[in-house]
Amino acid sequence: MFSKIILRGASKVAVLSVLVAIVWFAGDRAAHAEYGDVVINNYSDKIGMRPAVFPHWFHRIRFRCSVCHADLGFKFKAGGNLINMEKIMNGEFCGACHNGEVAWSIENCAMCHSGTPGTPTQIHNSTAQRLVAPAYKAPGAK
Amino acid sequence: MRMNGKLFSCFSLSLVLFLASSVAQAAAAQVDPMNQLNVNLKKVATDNPDAAKDGSHDATNEGTLVLQAPKAAFGAFVKSDFGNRVDWVQTLRSGKINPRADRLDPNAELDTVDFNIHRPVKGFMPDVIFPHKQHTEWLKCQNCHDSIFIPQKGANKISMADILQGKKCGVCHGKVAFPVKTSTCKKCHSQKKDTAALIKKLSAQ
Repeated sequence: MFSKIILRGASKVAVLSVLVAIVWFAGDRAAHAEYGDVVINNYSDKIGMRPAVFPHWFHRIRFRCSVCHADLGFKFKAGGNLINMEKIMNGEFCGACHNGEVAWSIENCAMCHSGTPGTPTQIHNSTAQRLVAPAYKAPGAK
Repeated sequence: MRMNGKLFSCFSLSLVLFLASSVAQAAAAQVDPMNQLNVNLKKVATDNPDAAKDGSHDATNEGTLVLQAPKAAFGAFVKSDFGNRVDWVQTLRSGKINPRADRLDPNAELDTVDFNIHRPVKGFMPDVIFPHKQHTEWLKCQNCHDSIFIPQKGANKISMADILQGKKCGVCHGKVAFPVKTSTCKKCHSQKKDTAALIKKLSAQ
């Protein structure tokens, strides 16, 4: 009986310390967002819209990279395409598909403008974001 | 007597567990946070979180909850242990996904090419073998040539610093294609060298 109580107490303490360790190590250093998601906030914050979040993985399941990055002219750079709603309405960039024909139409504002306000333009979980120190340069390299 | 033995072993086990956990806790309390393990490690806490919990989406936005959850999509895909935790090349080849090669034509196909580029690199790092096949299953020639890579063997100066900063291979790798980390080095640096000969050569210098 006595040993059972001790065992129960000890296992509780053990479980608790494991939990504490998990919270400690996973806490604020953790990255959450899905790998490759792009936050586009060139203008959104200034206009009072939520930044747009582009889920790369979702589109990759349905289209080869070349459809957007060759045929539609999306540059390989987060925020580098300077997309705005006028261009989208004219059928450029997202508007090439998000027109009610290939994919849902742009009156569904909240589907893209879904980012937390203040989130800067970025690619989530990128290798560059996760570097501990700046990229290595060989001695004498410019 | 047998019962007593069981009781005793149970008691001693619990005592050991209790002591171990309290010692560990006491130690954790004394060590300065700066001296804990992995102070600089940026760990991904949750793989493929739902949009509402991923840290970039606003959970109070009406559209956020309508979005497909990555985990729901990736269920049958070929797994990897980095990036999206999806091996996209093998998933494509397995037929689990059939991404369009044209915005409108579901039957369009990409022209794949199948030849490798051998890039010698310095030191003990295995040489790089760049395979065109995987890349042209997703991309067109013009995606890389000539704006990122000059289509001529030996004409491109590539460094890991460039790649880590999002240039050259790093335009995609580290952002949306598989990331740069210890477990992925060998995916590119795949041609082993004669390291014994290299050690001999360096030792003679």
